[in-house]
Amino acid sequence: MEELKRLAEFLENGYADRVAQLTQELLDNNVGPQIILNEGLIPGMAVVGEKMRKGEMFLPEVLQSAAAMYESLKILKPQLVEQGLKPIGKVLMGTVKGDMHDIGKNLVGILLQGAGFEIIDLGVNVPPQKFVEALGTHHPPILGISAMLTTTMLNMKTTIDAIANAGLREGVKIIVGGAPVSQKFADDIGADGYARDAVRAVDKVKELLAL
Amino acid sequence: MNRIFSTLSATHASDLMFGKAPVPVRCGFGLELGGGKVFPEINFTLPTMLLDEESWQSVVAQYEETGEMIERAAKRLHLPGLMVEFELLPPMTERPEWGAEITALLHKHLQQANENYGLRSALRVTPTDIRDVNRPPKLRTGEEWETLRQSFLQCAGAGADVLSIESVGGKEVNDEAMLYGDVAGVIFALGVLAPRDMEFLWNEIVSICSTHNLIPGGDSACGFANTAMQLASQGMLPEVFASVIRAASAVRSLVAYECGAYGPSKDCAYEGPIIKAITGAPIAMEGKSASCAHFSPVGNVAAAMCDLWSNESVQNIRLLSGSAPEAYLELLAYDCRLFNMALEKGTEQAYQNLLVESDIHISPQAFVLSPSSAIRIASAIVKERTHYRQTVAAAREAAAIINEAAANAVLVLSTKERSWLDRIGKELASLPDEENTLTDLMKRKYGHLFLYESYGL
Repeated sequence: MEELKRLAEFLENGYADRVAQLTQELLDNNVGPQIILNEGLIPGMAVVGEKMRKGEMFLPEVLQSAAAMYESLKILKPQLVEQGLKPIGKVLMGTVKGDMHDIGKNLVGILLQGAGFEIIDLGVNVPPQKFVEALGTHHPPILGISAMLTTTMLNMKTTIDAIANAGLREGVKIIVGGAPVSQKFADDIGADGYARDAVRAVDKVKELLAL
Repeated sequence: MNRIFSTLSATHASDLMFGKAPVPVRCGFGLELGGGKVFPEINFTLPTMLLDEESWQSVVAQYEETGEMIERAAKRLHLPGLMVEFELLPPMTERPEWGAEITALLHKHLQQANENYGLRSALRVTPTDIRDVNRPPKLRTGEEWETLRQSFLQCAGAGADVLSIESVGGKEVNDEAMLYGDVAGVIFALGVLAPRDMEFLWNEIVSICSTHNLIPGGDSACGFANTAMQLASQGMLPEVFASVIRAASAVRSLVAYECGAYGPSKDCAYEGPIIKAITGAPIAMEGKSASCAHFSPVGNVAAAMCDLWSNESVQNIRLLSGSAPEAYLELLAYDCRLFNMALEKGTEQAYQNLLVESDIHISPQAFVLSPSSAIRIASAIVKERTHYRQTVAAAREAAAIINEAAANAVLVLSTKERSWLDRIGKELASLPDEENTLTDLMKRKYGHLFLYESYGL
């Protein structure tokens, strides 16, 4: 449908107002919310993701597209909920105890949100117990842990151990990231995944959830 | 009453030279900065290890080992002088007695080196700005602020010679605005929020320094402009945006000097040349020899006006030659020999030209840090009277400099970068003249991210 192609183009260009307006028009013309999502928004964001990977779009442009998608989803959400559709996944995130760096983590959260995930962000300086409690409360399939310092990265292991000791390790895939972290370190501490930047983090989450 | 800079200390590009500052500073064990020589500034951090009560003695041992290395290597390398920076890790700030213990340990080694073979040196101590542990950050009151103040006080009493910080006021808004490419939001963070916090914080640091007879060094826009630089290097932000943010960030860093700081500026404050042009203070810089800590497109040009040449930070790990801090100290020592030999032979201008020319045609971030750009941006700043208007002026001047360079084909910009430069130029041109007008707008947009009382708003 031509309008769905236009919706995807508006999304790629980050035109939030036009995306919202066209979403409403499509709904008014009895186009189903799932069709709007699957044939307009998701293909549009796929192009955005690909362009970012190729270095053809800067982050602010990607985020404008993500914000436009969010505007559309706000309109679609009541009907999607009515039809029993849920976000594609929930991701719990936080920076480990002793560490206050968060821009990388926030970036991962924004991009995941743009990709349709629900984000629960615990913030910075998060003690292991707080991760454990949040896992017990929210039951997310994915936990993202961030650390930027050589003296805090070992708190990732402490956190993973605490989650295992609480009997919650089986139910969650854990990904780690941050400047001093590597794939080998992730393997050594028993994480399920590692990503060296925010774009790859989104790919890794999708891979772990087989999406 | 804070100082007002309405004229430049260095009025021509040729006045901005490495090793020479219009207002030299003498500190520590007879180390004179900006008086005709460049000295290394070595900084190091811990390898991968936990930092807690249980591991504390191992942590102390790491610093002891590095302190001993510095004594030994400074002699071996015939260093004419040395600055050692101790950048506290968050737990060392949260427990002020820990930061003080390491400060005393490093001071002891510098004292021994001075007594045993006359090494001129000083110790810069930089507590972590822990005030943003909660969001929105409470900057002027509360446990974190009081602990940070205690950290400064205890380190001051334990043997620090220079106090610095990488402060974070305004960062909570800058992070968001920068990621979304919101020029007005960045200007609000850098030109309204950050200077207000800098004034609060630096009046306190200067007062502590005054009581303890120490040098208030300077601040760094690391959390703002260096974040932009790193995102640009990953292709996530336009380089032209990072360049404009760098220039605009100089105003918030300048506030430290208005409050009474007099250098040396902090190494990761790449805005240092602009500060040097305005205040005449000696500056610490880092570039190619700090690639152990992070990459940058300004590796050579950053050295062109430095008075201290730093490695930023390196983990204390073992390399084939020896420890990484020793390897980087040697690297810095040889860099400084070149600076100082050029100064001795009277060929410093030629050497500076090479450092500048080798970088500025490749990156706009390097272009805005050349001596002539620094003078232009500094001139634009001192013509204005409020921090907001100074920030806007610095940003507009940087955009104009890049535009001219691209038009004259001395700087190559991609189509994407040019399009962003146009967009930034238009957004800067449309900013209101009055700070209050922008503040009202930004309170509506970003009011959920910051506490008004943290900025006296």
